[in-house]
Amino acid sequence: MATRILIVGGGLAGTIIANGLCRQVGDEISKGNISITMLGTSETHMYQPGLLYVPFGKIREKELFRPQRKVLDKKIIFHVDPAKNIDVDSQKVTTESGKVYEYDYLVIATGSRIMPQNIPGMVEGAHWLYDLDGARKMRDALEAFEGGKIVVNVNAPHKCPVAPVEITFMLHDYLSKKGLMDKTEITYTYPIGRVHALEPVAEWAKPAMDQHGIKYETFFNTKEVDPKAKTISSEEGVTLNYDFLVTIPPHNGAEIITNSGLGDGGWVPTNKTKLLREGSENVFVCGDTTNIPISKAGSTAHFEADTIIDNLTSLITEKRWARDYDGKVFCFVETGMNSGTYVWFDYNTPPNPGAPSQMIHWFKLAYNRLYWLSARGLL
Amino acid sequence: MSERKTIDARGSFCPGPLMELIAALKLVQIGDEIEILSTDKGTVNDVPEWVAKVGHEMGEITEKGDHWSVVVKKAK
Ligand SMILES: Cc1cc2nc3c(=O)[nH]c(=O)nc-3n(C[C@H](O)[C@H](O)[C@H](O)COP(=O)(O)OP(=O)(O)OC[C@H]3O[C@@H](n4cnc5c(N)ncnc54)[C@H](O)[C@@H]3O)c2cc1C
Repeated sequence: MATRILIVGGGLAGTIIANGLCRQVGDEISKGNISITMLGTSETHMYQPGLLYVPFGKIREKELFRPQRKVLDKKIIFHVDPAKNIDVDSQKVTTESGKVYEYDYLVIATGSRIMPQNIPGMVEGAHWLYDLDGARKMRDALEAFEGGKIVVNVNAPHKCPVAPVEITFMLHDYLSKKGLMDKTEITYTYPIGRVHALEPVAEWAKPAMDQHGIKYETFFNTKEVDPKAKTISSEEGVTLNYDFLVTIPPHNGAEIITNSGLGDGGWVPTNKTKLLREGSENVFVCGDTTNIPISKAGSTAHFEADTIIDNLTSLITEKRWARDYDGKVFCFVETGMNSGTYVWFDYNTPPNPGAPSQMIHWFKLAYNRLYWLSARGLL
Repeated sequence: MSERKTIDARGSFCPGPLMELIAALKLVQIGDEIEILSTDKGTVNDVPEWVAKVGHEMGEITEKGDHWSVVVKKAK
């Protein structure tokens, strides 16, 4: 009988793994010795980092989407039928439509989602760009904005650690070009005692904010938003007035994870080098949904996925473990509309960024387009 | 019954131990404790500073060879 690999989630992590496996064991799939089935929520794959450009009118919405079946290798069996329950004891996944999928190896790659509803008043009072609907609304509101107090509010946990500083500087650029910065004050809030979790990013961003006249409020964990009074308050006792509130809402993992009893908040307890669910030998976890204390980012998903592809291939074809994940994360950082930098680190190497340059900005733009190649397993 | 949960944030440069603690506190009940393991010495100062500002309770801080264990009780 064929070895059955079941992948739940067709976002970045799930897609890279599925395509990567086809490259490694394509022959075995063709011979019927291995099968790969993916359960997803949509026929379209969205390029999430592209959302960053939507509020500033810098990307056409069409560029964010590709048909998932075109991104996937044809050998993959893809069903738009979201998983409803994952039972790791009996090795079965039940879907919304009532179908039951048995597996020999399971990959959980259900990502993370924004939870603005977890903070009173946030849904009514704030803008965000972490989903398409929010990004569109923010674009319309920004177009109508005529100056005033802007608060860029960051909550933990959230994916893409660099997005908050990018949004802040992009807002500054955008409003400067519109001639509105002399009528505008931007205040950035961050949960811990510096302006970014990554020390070198904080060291670069703080003076850059000073230079641009951007204010910051550190140790700010949002307690509530009052949409009528237009105020945002922190657990630490600070209240700020705003005319325009942009938030990076707190995140949770997917609902199915909590509903299946696989992890509080939707985060699956995962071995940080093996990428196996704690307590399972045949359940891999990849991308945002792990509880591993590293950045929830596309590059993390990518490096983890490469490790899982190697290990699944070796386990199935040679019954041996190939290699461990070293905690590698790489992030491009947009430092304005025309300049960028990057930073990388792993479990043992602290982060160290290069100097911002226009060159790196262009790399990031190129990378935006290369996303589809990497999802297809070609990078 | 109050519970204790351990977060192993050793080798976490981003988001880092304090951010992990903040996220973890959102998922537990008042009275529960979080123990955070960290290889970053800064945690020993960062965590008490934030805990004092926000109004949770500090528990023990213990040096354990190559890392630190810091315990925080959710108070609100
Ligand atoms: C605005 C923005 C900017 C970003 N910028 C960057 C960047 O510059 N660099 C970077 O590295 N990262 C960036 N990221 C982060 C990056 O997009 C994510 O970290 C990455 O997509 C994580 O991959 P994933 O596969 O874990 O999750 P996702 O790509 O989110 O995929 C999870 C998939 O699982 C599906 N799913 C959920 N529940 C179920 C279910 N029950 N059954 C079946 N399927 C399910 C979801 O529909 C989704 O398709 C950004 C994100 C955003 C929002």
